[in-house]
Amino acid sequence: MLVIKDTCVGCSVCVEKCPYDALRMEAGVAVVDMDKCTLCSACVKVCPVDAIEIEKTESKTAVDISEYSGVWILAEQRNNELLNVSLELVSEGRKLADELNEKLTAVVLGSDLSKAGKELVAQGADQVYIIEDEELLQYRTAPYTKVVAELINKCKPEIVLLGATHNGRDLGPRVSARINTGLTADCTKLEIDKERKILLQTRPAFGGNLMATIICPEHRPQMSTVRPGVMTREKADYARTGQIEYLDADINDNDLGAEVTKEGVILKFNPQFGDEDLLTKIVQIVKEAQKSINLEQADIIVSGGRGVGDPEGFSVIKELADTLNAEVGASRAVVDEGWIDKEHQVGQTGKTVKPRLYIACGISGAIQHRAGMSNSDVIIAINTDQEASIFDICDYGIVGDLHKVVPMLTKAFSDKFN
Amino acid sequence: MDFKLSDQQKMIQTVFRKFAEKEVDPIAAEIDESCEFPAENVRKMAEIDMMGIPFPQKYGGAGADTLSYIIGVEELSYRCATHGVILSAHVSLGAHPIYKYGTEEQKEKYLVPLAKGEKLGAFGLTEPNAGTDAASQNTTAEIDGDQYVLNGNKIFITNAGVADTFIIMAMTDKSKGTRGISAFIVEKDTPGFTVGKKEDKMGINASDTRELIFQNCRIPKENLLGKEGMGFKIAMATLDGGRIGIAAQALGIAQRALDETVKYVKEREQFGRPIGKFQGLQWYIAEMATKVESARNLVYKAAVTKDSGESFSTEAAMAKLKASETAMEVTNKAVQIFGGYGYMKEYPIERLMRDAKITEIYEGTSEVQKMVIAGSLLR
Amino acid sequence: MKIIVCIKQVPDTNEVKIDQDKGTLIREGVPSIINPEDKNGIEAAVSLKEKFGGEVIVISMGPPQAKVALKEALAMGADEAILLSDRTFAGSDTWATAYTISQAIKEIGDYDLIFCGRQAIDGDTAQVGPQIAENLNLNQLTYVSKVELLDEKVKARRELEQGYSELETKLPVLITVLESINKPRYASIKGIVDAHTTQKIKIWTADDFEVDMDKLGLDASPTQVHETFVPKHEKRGEILEGSYEDIVDNLIKKLRSENVV
Repeated sequence: MLVIKDTCVGCSVCVEKCPYDALRMEAGVAVVDMDKCTLCSACVKVCPVDAIEIEKTESKTAVDISEYSGVWILAEQRNNELLNVSLELVSEGRKLADELNEKLTAVVLGSDLSKAGKELVAQGADQVYIIEDEELLQYRTAPYTKVVAELINKCKPEIVLLGATHNGRDLGPRVSARINTGLTADCTKLEIDKERKILLQTRPAFGGNLMATIICPEHRPQMSTVRPGVMTREKADYARTGQIEYLDADINDNDLGAEVTKEGVILKFNPQFGDEDLLTKIVQIVKEAQKSINLEQADIIVSGGRGVGDPEGFSVIKELADTLNAEVGASRAVVDEGWIDKEHQVGQTGKTVKPRLYIACGISGAIQHRAGMSNSDVIIAINTDQEASIFDICDYGIVGDLHKVVPMLTKAFSDKFN
Repeated sequence: MDFKLSDQQKMIQTVFRKFAEKEVDPIAAEIDESCEFPAENVRKMAEIDMMGIPFPQKYGGAGADTLSYIIGVEELSYRCATHGVILSAHVSLGAHPIYKYGTEEQKEKYLVPLAKGEKLGAFGLTEPNAGTDAASQNTTAEIDGDQYVLNGNKIFITNAGVADTFIIMAMTDKSKGTRGISAFIVEKDTPGFTVGKKEDKMGINASDTRELIFQNCRIPKENLLGKEGMGFKIAMATLDGGRIGIAAQALGIAQRALDETVKYVKEREQFGRPIGKFQGLQWYIAEMATKVESARNLVYKAAVTKDSGESFSTEAAMAKLKASETAMEVTNKAVQIFGGYGYMKEYPIERLMRDAKITEIYEGTSEVQKMVIAGSLLR
Repeated sequence: MKIIVCIKQVPDTNEVKIDQDKGTLIREGVPSIINPEDKNGIEAAVSLKEKFGGEVIVISMGPPQAKVALKEALAMGADEAILLSDRTFAGSDTWATAYTISQAIKEIGDYDLIFCGRQAIDGDTAQVGPQIAENLNLNQLTYVSKVELLDEKVKARRELEQGYSELETKLPVLITVLESINKPRYASIKGIVDAHTTQKIKIWTADDFEVDMDKLGLDASPTQVHETFVPKHEKRGEILEGSYEDIVDNLIKKLRSENVV
């Protein structure tokens, strides 16, 4: 229940802050409409006189959190190659583990993972658990959930991070429901609250209009999926040493469990796979670059204007877009010239976009164009004319020839990704 | 007195709004240019019961009220006035007379497919020499055994080339003047009935407007709507309803012009700031918004009055007069505020202005509306 | 065949505007809609019903005004609608939400298929679907862009970051669908009129189905919102100087430090 105490001075700050329109002023004090209130607590934080409280009793499903320790990364492989996001997570997990003064463990499931194990150590893991089985080469919900959930129940880590990939977001919620703990999706920032020793998990909500910091105070482990590309991957150090442990999961034979060594103790680890867990059959996996233009939903847009020069000039724009997994946008001028299809047009008579990153190449920034993209989170402008009005609304401007700068960016980004 | 839409009306409004945004808007400029009738969209509208919105479900309609229908025309016209008039002419002029005056057999045979949107309706009253003076009908219908034989021409008929079912006014007894006019249901492809070439218009370009030509066109006697001599009354009552539809069309156009203008003055910068910061333009905007809202109040009130069962012809005339003049004034002002851009086809503003003009003319010019209003006051 | 669709009423986040000066969301005039991908779930269910027969039941958890979303679902062709609405459900995170909905689904019973949208646009978590599947001990297929029914089997195309996989599994199964799976039909006008004139929506409180009161709402939710804030982005207008190499280097460093790429 949300309770407004009589110390309310009627400043109405909470009414403005409520994302669900559940608060209003009545006779000089705030009143809550419990039918609309989701108990998100946005109002509690902003009340200058601490007049709003959320009454909460301790969760009946809470666990003894002192039993849990260590930071885990669930690393993800595709055909036994680790994903970038997993390595980014190891770097991030390293920082968290150091702050907590605990061990960083990476867990990876697949079928031939000796190289992956070394990489995870080089990236910063103290310990790597490898579970190998032919059945685990390709991701499937049931066997992965089984292995991961049982391992977590056995080893009791304090924090578990996984990449917010399609597979990570399939597995994470499944595991969290099985082991009865909280999961925060798609985090963009992780920090340790030094005082309470808990994980602060920050993520965008409301279509990116709002950031929310989520905590999981009474349940363990604290689980997050983390957006690929947002955490910084530190340089790998192949001289690092760490413990690599193989958990021989023979998942088709119920009698042969895997044995896990954890700090010298032999743990019986037995995932007990029957057919039931393998129900879903993978008919085939097809790899293809999917390309349908969806500017409005795009995370990153690389746009070209008249400065591109001619239709062929768009190739440098497209290369950068491909490298960043971004969509290609365009100004009206080049659409009218017929250099690119109308569906790429951004602006007043085109699409209105709000990506995380907008790279405007050779676009002067007429108001009609700006109207469609000025709400982008970060805008980079590249133009030869330093008077171009696009520079007025950019975060970072480069006065220069896009045909030189853009390929350099493409190279720099692809180096980063590979 | 309650100025709020009901939950049901709101949901219907939302469906029309989304449909107009997703299906109509993408082709609006294109069909204005090509003059091509949006047949595919009309089919889609039929699928979700838009073509029979105010008729009871037992006649294949959706069973909604007149206000819902009016809001539908408004929302379609917001994106494309052509779509608005197609629906308005079909429902108010083509189908409604059968609902109001038809026999059960006529309703079964003609109203049901119209309400389901399987067929499209149209209405023929205007003639080369019978415009505002609608009583001067030259089209005749002579009885011959169990058939009527129609001769004459109708002009400027909306949906003419695409409709299946026509309501046609014709003289059955010239000596009786307006009391000699009768209404008939005529099916397309009836021998002796042809349509002329598509008119080239200033606006609502994709609406199919043509001449209807009757040369010894024989129709069965049972296609007489109402009784002989009731035609003028049917026509006038039908136009009363149609006027609310056209008023809604005008309202949609005006609202669009206002919204586009508000958006534009916030974005367009001159002398170093958005032009919306200049008081001169703020006054224009305030006046435009006030006109649009007063038009809306009249239009919605006319629709509600119609559903209440009371006489609504004065309300309908006032609504059409106000809404159509508002559409013209507001689109004209919008073009002015947009300046050179307003005159260019890249922006929808010039189309709104061209489309707005017809609303002051068809289904009774502004002058006719004033005659109706004054007539009711000076009775 | 009995198909259940889980839907959520959400504010249309595309219409949400930010008051940059105050750092607050402007909620005024923001319409409440059926979460877009949930609409794809309704479409998938209704078109399967049209092909194979059976019934479609939509279920939602939320405040009383979420009835509007259920009415729209009925107008799109669903046969029955259930709203789980009770003060004790308020403040549920995904874990508690999934628990509550799964208990209601157990009460409905005998289902062959459950559809959910991949994720809701106000939270973007994509968690409730898989968590319901876990609670019901069902197979799940997520990120689905194509679904085919062959006897007791479901064949689905699951989108991956690059490419897709084709999966086969047995009924019953829970499927979370992407926007690309279909184009949801519009609610029909007749459907809207019927949804408002007949009383097809059942409201279930915590008394109407079997629930463990200790697993409901805010108190039972493992996660809590610690803080919310509006992300600030002031345009810095910084012109990068130096050689192209320096500029590119500098830019990448800045973007990385801000976690942009």
